[in-house]
Amino acid sequence: MRLELRVNGEIRSAEGLWSGESLLYVLRERLGLMGAKNACEQGECGSCSVLLDGELVCACLVPALQAQGREVLTVEGLAPQGLHPIQEAFLAAGAVQCGFCTPGLVMAAYDLLRRHPRPSEADVREALAGNLCRCTGYTKVVSAVLAAAEGAVP
Amino acid sequence: MEFWQPQSLTEALEIREQGAEPVAGGTDLMVDLNFDRRRPKALLDLSQLPELREWDRVDGWLRLGAALTYTRAIAELGGLLPGLVLASRTVGSPQIRNRGTLGGNLATASPAGDALPPLMAAGAEVELVSRRGTRRLPLPAFLLGPKRSALADDELVAAVWVPPARGPQQFAKVGPRNAMVIAVCSLALDLDPERRRVGCAIGSVGPTVLRATEAERFLEGTLEESDWAALPAAAQGRFGELVAAAARPIDDLRGSAAYRRHALSVLARRCLAWAWTDGSWA
Ligand SMILES: Cc1cc2nc3c(=O)[nH]c(=O)nc-3n(C[C@H](O)[C@H](O)[C@H](O)COP(=O)(O)OP(=O)(O)OC[C@H]3O[C@@H](n4cnc5c(N)ncnc54)[C@H](O)[C@@H]3O)c2cc1C
Repeated sequence: MRLELRVNGEIRSAEGLWSGESLLYVLRERLGLMGAKNACEQGECGSCSVLLDGELVCACLVPALQAQGREVLTVEGLAPQGLHPIQEAFLAAGAVQCGFCTPGLVMAAYDLLRRHPRPSEADVREALAGNLCRCTGYTKVVSAVLAAAEGAVP
Repeated sequence: MEFWQPQSLTEALEIREQGAEPVAGGTDLMVDLNFDRRRPKALLDLSQLPELREWDRVDGWLRLGAALTYTRAIAELGGLLPGLVLASRTVGSPQIRNRGTLGGNLATASPAGDALPPLMAAGAEVELVSRRGTRRLPLPAFLLGPKRSALADDELVAAVWVPPARGPQQFAKVGPRNAMVIAVCSLALDLDPERRRVGCAIGSVGPTVLRATEAERFLEGTLEESDWAALPAAAQGRFGELVAAAARPIDDLRGSAAYRRHALSVLARRCLAWAWTDGSWA
């Protein structure tokens, strides 16, 4: 089966899809976008988080063919050049260790700040509840998101 | 395997009759596909059907389309169904709430489905549709066992009908974290002070979500006698005991049967106290 969708502003297509194939598989294996990570494949870890028509989703749980004709934003598309201020804030705060969860966390933070530019710490923690990080203990991740919200990024 | 993406309910029902497996948000089904636990011969995508996404007031009821997501329920139903909204807020994570639907929760029919206790406590009915016609089942008649429902092979869940709240509603759930947990046990309470009606349903403590009917009748009696000024402590304790007695829990990874019964009685007392002091209905 054939899929055509818009990814990071560009029309992309893929052929020969299996019906139960996930959007994550298409992004990584067919379109070569490795930003969204493949880990749990059951929606628990959030490392494959992307926006589908502006909604934060786990790409591993979206049947790719449901994205037919729709718009996907992945971490690769966040900043046309260089880094997005949220990514800068992650670097500045030391919120990245092994980096595996980072793209998903950045997408979840981006989704939060678009809807809620001045979140409280509790809002940040609630918004990131679906993204697991096994290195940082989250403290610096939360600080990074709060710093990005205040525009306090060097 | 085929992937059908019908644009109307009529078309969807024709495809369903051929034995295709519906997919709405995919948050239950895709896990099974990713882990090779299910291989349906065809998928029927419900995400393009406007009929399933709407909610409306009809004949004094709320008719919630099966494809309503938790995120939308939270944003749109706050004043109308506070119990369902509280429960929706506890589902998974933002990613899961953006995609997961009420219809998917109903069709999965897990005893831990978080939308089910508030719907049952409020007296909800499930609307099922096929090419043969439409039928409406009270939720307890729809839920037959763990992950078993009355949904026939050619049917779709079209909607769930719920009376809007006529008094305080509460929901509480026990789990090791404040997000992303399958309930160890859960409880929903629905009070209708004017009609002296009480609904109480419990989750994750039996083969299906269950109604705690004796606890309901007891509390209706208390409503009859009390002036609502103060909730008698003895009544609270008795309510907790009766709720725990309605449970049919098992020991599993998430908790022992004894723990579940105990935690449930605590949830019952707490929800009752919250509901009683909730001034919004008075
Ligand atoms: C990480 C994670 C966390 C979760 N946390 C929770 C939680 O806290 N609480 C909770 O209750 N659940 C939770 N779930 C389970 C799931 O999100 C819910 O059950 C959700 O409501 C399923 O809806 P869906 O639209 O995604 O279902 P789908 O996966 O699309 O479908 C589920 C099943 O229902 C059938 N179906 C769907 N819609 C219809 C319809 N209209 N008519 C007939 N059949 C239909 C499908 O064929 C399939 O068998 C979680 C899941 C994940 C992956």
